[in-house]
Amino acid sequence: MPDLIVVENLTKTYGNTTAVDHISFDIPAGIVFGLLGPNGAGKTTTVEMLEGIKQPDAGTILYKGKALGKTFKREAGIMFQHTTLQDYITVREALQLFADLYPKQASVEELIEDCALGDFLDQNTHKLSGGQLQRVLLAIALVNDPEIVFLDEPTTGLDPQARRNFWNLVERIKAKGKTVVLTTHYMDEAKVLCDHLLFMDHGQIIAQGSPSELLANQFSDVIIQIPGTDLKVDQLPDSLDAQLHDDVIEIKTASVNQALEALMTEGIDLQRMNIRSHNLDDLFLELTGHELRS
Amino acid sequence: MFKHFLAVLTARNKEFTRDRSSLAWNILFPFLLVVGLSLAFSNDKRDRFKIGVYPAQHQLQAEFLELDYIRYIEIDDLEDATVKVSKHQLDMLLDLSGSKYYVNDSAPNGYVLEQILVNSPGMNLSKTQVSGDDVRYVDWALPGILGMNLMFSCLFGVGYVIVRYRKNGVLKRLKATPLSAFSFLSAQVASRLLLSISVTMIIYIGTKLFLNTTMNGSHVLLLLVFILGALSLISLSLLMSTRTSSEELAGGLLNLMVWPMMVLSGVWFSLEGAHPMLQKLSLIFPLTHVTSAARAIMIDSAGFLQILPNLLVLAVSTVVLLVLAAWFFKWE
Repeated sequence: MPDLIVVENLTKTYGNTTAVDHISFDIPAGIVFGLLGPNGAGKTTTVEMLEGIKQPDAGTILYKGKALGKTFKREAGIMFQHTTLQDYITVREALQLFADLYPKQASVEELIEDCALGDFLDQNTHKLSGGQLQRVLLAIALVNDPEIVFLDEPTTGLDPQARRNFWNLVERIKAKGKTVVLTTHYMDEAKVLCDHLLFMDHGQIIAQGSPSELLANQFSDVIIQIPGTDLKVDQLPDSLDAQLHDDVIEIKTASVNQALEALMTEGIDLQRMNIRSHNLDDLFLELTGHELRS
Repeated sequence: MFKHFLAVLTARNKEFTRDRSSLAWNILFPFLLVVGLSLAFSNDKRDRFKIGVYPAQHQLQAEFLELDYIRYIEIDDLEDATVKVSKHQLDMLLDLSGSKYYVNDSAPNGYVLEQILVNSPGMNLSKTQVSGDDVRYVDWALPGILGMNLMFSCLFGVGYVIVRYRKNGVLKRLKATPLSAFSFLSAQVASRLLLSISVTMIIYIGTKLFLNTTMNGSHVLLLLVFILGALSLISLSLLMSTRTSSEELAGGLLNLMVWPMMVLSGVWFSLEGAHPMLQKLSLIFPLTHVTSAARAIMIDSAGFLQILPNLLVLAVSTVVLLVLAAWFFKWE
């Protein structure tokens, strides 16, 4: 797949702080590209430079082989993390206002249908709920029928149902062949939506690849979980790598059979045992060395 | 480009007209102010005597020229000052070089001062009678109140809104579209211009109907003054809003502009007799030029040439402020 965006040596500093430190990566067309990292990692600065909102201090960003310019503005759709719309205009009017700013326009009726805006179309934008506003902002990001859509932490603050509804919308955008750049704090969201992940910390790229590739490269073991109320860590055989996390004993092992055998030999009750593979939360912890912070 | 301008203009107009409380306040406040003033000053009495003294530099020493409760105003232009006597803006005018005094035959204050004058030693002046009707305070104040309302509407209605847009991310969102800063800013200017002129017209018609306020000059010329005044004030507000993203700071800066203009632009009282430095300082404020040009048209039936200096100041300040605002403007 051809690269829609090519980033080379991108750098941005604020005073003495280097927010983004000479990073290079490509975004192929037609995928959902996830940009992940803890707060202060530099991902928002990076994405705002990609969006053309901030100017880099050094490095280049090419869209379809050319520097960001008028073509990019016409063909990109952006949903910012913290934006509101003008007060006292209705959802329909907001859509029309933004549509009028672009030469190419998506069908407003289709957007209303796709983003499920029908129930509050004539409501003032400042009276919308969080989930409704996010859907309107997404619709506005799609109003120019963009080739690339930026979604900056789109589901932060939404309830679980609203988040899942939003994921469905992103899946639909992807199905239409559009490229999506997504920043998120939620690893489950990244797992469901993203084809390619790029982890950042301290302004640098610390890992990138597809979710399955990254997990396979980083982890070869699985985790056996036993409730901490059932026994204590020091009752376990020394041969096992066991640790207590939030009242759950976690045993990391490359061989489930051998571990289970050792546990059964000790006569440990495995009735409430759970076996899971590593997930993106584990990967995040492993890569950044700290818990997810929102 | 024009399509972008029109889209933003329409949205801004809808936003304002649907904010009922704000709209009502914009129309009601100045109207109530005028009604209140007309009631407060319904007896049309001034509580202070004003005597013009010509020439400004004279050697005469007399008791009459040092009385308490009288404001002595130095006069440079005798002809202009006699007009003021006819309009009751001066209670008496002393022409010491021509040994004459002027009083208005229908001015009670003039009569009182005349009685004191003729009994004062060292004041052997001959009488020249001037006639003319008094200008009601409400008629005198109305041009200033219309100008003041224009000032509030333009300064707060543009600058504050842009700062709020910047703070809550609306500007950032618009920046990501092909909309140019020029289209955005000109739509804001046009929207506020339309609104402030419409509101000014409503207040003007309202006061005319209910208070039968005076209008001796050209309506077209008055409209021109208000349009240029609005543009100049909007540009000033735009300049203030080019970088600020704090509503508190914007409020402070706007008040910093509003209050000197309220006090020093001749809205409530004439600056004649004020310190010359203060009078010169007042000339930097757009509101001074709006007020004095509107007053000249409405009361003195001034023509285009007479208010040309005011119009020029407003036009030049608009261009300079707009260029500076466009130069400094940042979306974020």
